[in-house]
Amino acid sequence: MSVSASEATGANPVAREKIMEVEGLFKHFPIHAGFFRRQVGAVKAVDGVSFDVLRGETLGLVGESGCGKSTTARLLLRLMEPTDGSIKFEGREIAGVKGNELKALRREMQMIFQDPYSSLNPRKTVGSIISDPFAIHGMHKDAGERKKAVQELMDIVGLNPEHYNRYPHEFSGGQRQRIGVARALALRPKVIVADEPVSALDVSIQAQVLNLLRDLQRELGLTLIFIAHDLSVVRHMCDRVAVMYLGRIVELATSDQLYSHPRMPYTGALMSAVPVADPRLAAAKKRQVLVGDVPSPTNPPPGCRFHTRCWKAQEVCRNEDPPLVAKDGGNLAACHFPLSDAEVLERVPSARNVNG
Amino acid sequence: MAAPLLEVENLQVHFETEDGLVKAVDGISYTVDRGQTLGIVGESGSGKSVSSLTVMGLTRARNARITGTVRFDGKDLLGTSEEDMRQIRGNDIAMIFQDPLSSLHPFYKVGAQIAEGVQAHRDVSKAQAWDRAVEMLSLVGIPEPRKRADAYPHEFSGGMRQRAMIAMALANDPKLLIADEPTTALDVTVQAQILELIERLQSEFDTAVVVITHDLGVVAEMADEIAVMYAGRIVEKANTDTIFAAPEHPYTWGLLSSIPRLDAPRDEELVPIAGRPPSLINLPGGCSFHPRCPYVREAHTKVDPELKPVPGAPGHEVACLLDSSVRRKLWSELRSGVKPAEARSDVMEEAR
Repeated sequence: MSVSASEATGANPVAREKIMEVEGLFKHFPIHAGFFRRQVGAVKAVDGVSFDVLRGETLGLVGESGCGKSTTARLLLRLMEPTDGSIKFEGREIAGVKGNELKALRREMQMIFQDPYSSLNPRKTVGSIISDPFAIHGMHKDAGERKKAVQELMDIVGLNPEHYNRYPHEFSGGQRQRIGVARALALRPKVIVADEPVSALDVSIQAQVLNLLRDLQRELGLTLIFIAHDLSVVRHMCDRVAVMYLGRIVELATSDQLYSHPRMPYTGALMSAVPVADPRLAAAKKRQVLVGDVPSPTNPPPGCRFHTRCWKAQEVCRNEDPPLVAKDGGNLAACHFPLSDAEVLERVPSARNVNG
Repeated sequence: MAAPLLEVENLQVHFETEDGLVKAVDGISYTVDRGQTLGIVGESGSGKSVSSLTVMGLTRARNARITGTVRFDGKDLLGTSEEDMRQIRGNDIAMIFQDPLSSLHPFYKVGAQIAEGVQAHRDVSKAQAWDRAVEMLSLVGIPEPRKRADAYPHEFSGGMRQRAMIAMALANDPKLLIADEPTTALDVTVQAQILELIERLQSEFDTAVVVITHDLGVVAEMADEIAVMYAGRIVEKANTDTIFAAPEHPYTWGLLSSIPRLDAPRDEELVPIAGRPPSLINLPGGCSFHPRCPYVREAHTKVDPELKPVPGAPGHEVACLLDSSVRRKLWSELRSGVKPAEARSDVMEEAR
């Protein structure tokens, strides 16, 4: 079965336009050693990543720590200089923009950080934290107008607008994350990148923030790039998901497709590793435990990068780097021997349920 | 039936602070048998870690007020002197902590840190202790254990450090292993490796395990029995299947419906628990969950519920003032996707 790439990645019934296009993105961090601090190597954090972000969608980035998902996000926002590659925002190349042009770009894209404790300045009031973006971009210069704008934002994210003059320490973790969301929304950006926005929160609070992000996205038509290591959270939030391994995207598909029919053995292993909050399902599944650790990104294995830990690896995997192409079922996957449906059913309990 | 390995009875751990008395643990009781796994679930500040640290004798701060009994293998641990406690700790009872980087000493070789624990409790030579350390490292699946024993913690990856911690904890064949968030800092793939390792070692050595976590998935896979803690108390206790299939406490319901599940439809709405955990200094009157409970009634703000057996369900205990028949109806409504507010009007108004 052959599926065209655009059909596979944008399986949404409404054909959406691309808001961002990433092509051949690289970020290598040099390693210096010796007396002359000569460059002896590089950490290949992002090593040739290409994907599109569609307007109004939630795109998930998942993978183990060190796979380059956070670096990719920071490159998209231009918080870091890419080593090579092109990033287009609404058709415009942004990989090299500087100065005022970059500042203007910041109004279009904002970020929500993981840790609501360290990402808010403890010496500023909530009001001034949320209104900082206004000050930087010279908006709402009148104090009364600015206060009104901030209080509207606080209301949108479910904070009491009367708490305008309080300090971050007076809020709980979940409320602090709402402050972070309000600050990200202040400039009415088109794209928001959320890097592990709920992993520092308690279970009961996590759901509050997830619901908030989902509602805001629907109401404001935001494009959300959602990074998390919790695969159940990613499935709940995202329309499409990209799985990263050692600086590369190894599988990209719609959420439903990825979770019910993973093609790349690495994705299958990730799904299989998620503990299920259902003792009967947990007992029934054959857990696919990956052996060993992620290889060093300084010197990634030749051929398919996953071959050192893959149970299906053969000679060809050690020599040839598989391209990211459409596989059976429409997922884009970089794999020589994609999983069959039977193999998926045996290992991934969620697939069993989705299929009835 | 033999006496359980660990018996905790009406344990209270209060801390006197400048702001007032912090009731970190407020009267909890549980037992763990040999070879059994108890899961303690709760949010931060529910007292789950403090209760286990107390079992290990690690909360003997000057401002701590500890009452109740902790009986381990027939011995009262709370009355044991610090000297004797050191003999038990690391020998009969061992603990795995959440963060392996901060619980391993950065200056000493991993092998030396494991061997030290062996020498402290066994009459063995240095070489024998080192051999035991190497043996333990190979048991927890570290490749080339003899070489790796000579390495420092920073040379290990996160998963390997956690394995080294487990090797250290199990080096003296403890009867009880307390694992406090053993996999929270790890990636899912490594988490699966560690959980499988703990399970395998447990079945090999018949060790009792107390696993403390906020992750319901982890306890579903590991525990035989689960205790749900809220504000220093156990609010529900039952075997694992019951907790997931027929829970009876509104807080447990809240926890279950606030996590996205891989096996549920994707567009399913999450139902968060309103509000946030209470301050342990100023607990709300009556049932301490009442300010966040969607099914609260006037009386619940005054009467403090006790942990009582659920009628017709042996081993299942709940601290809730609602009638068991009402609770069952509410849960079946919630499970079919009804929102808490509607479930309340459907079930509770009709009962009135």
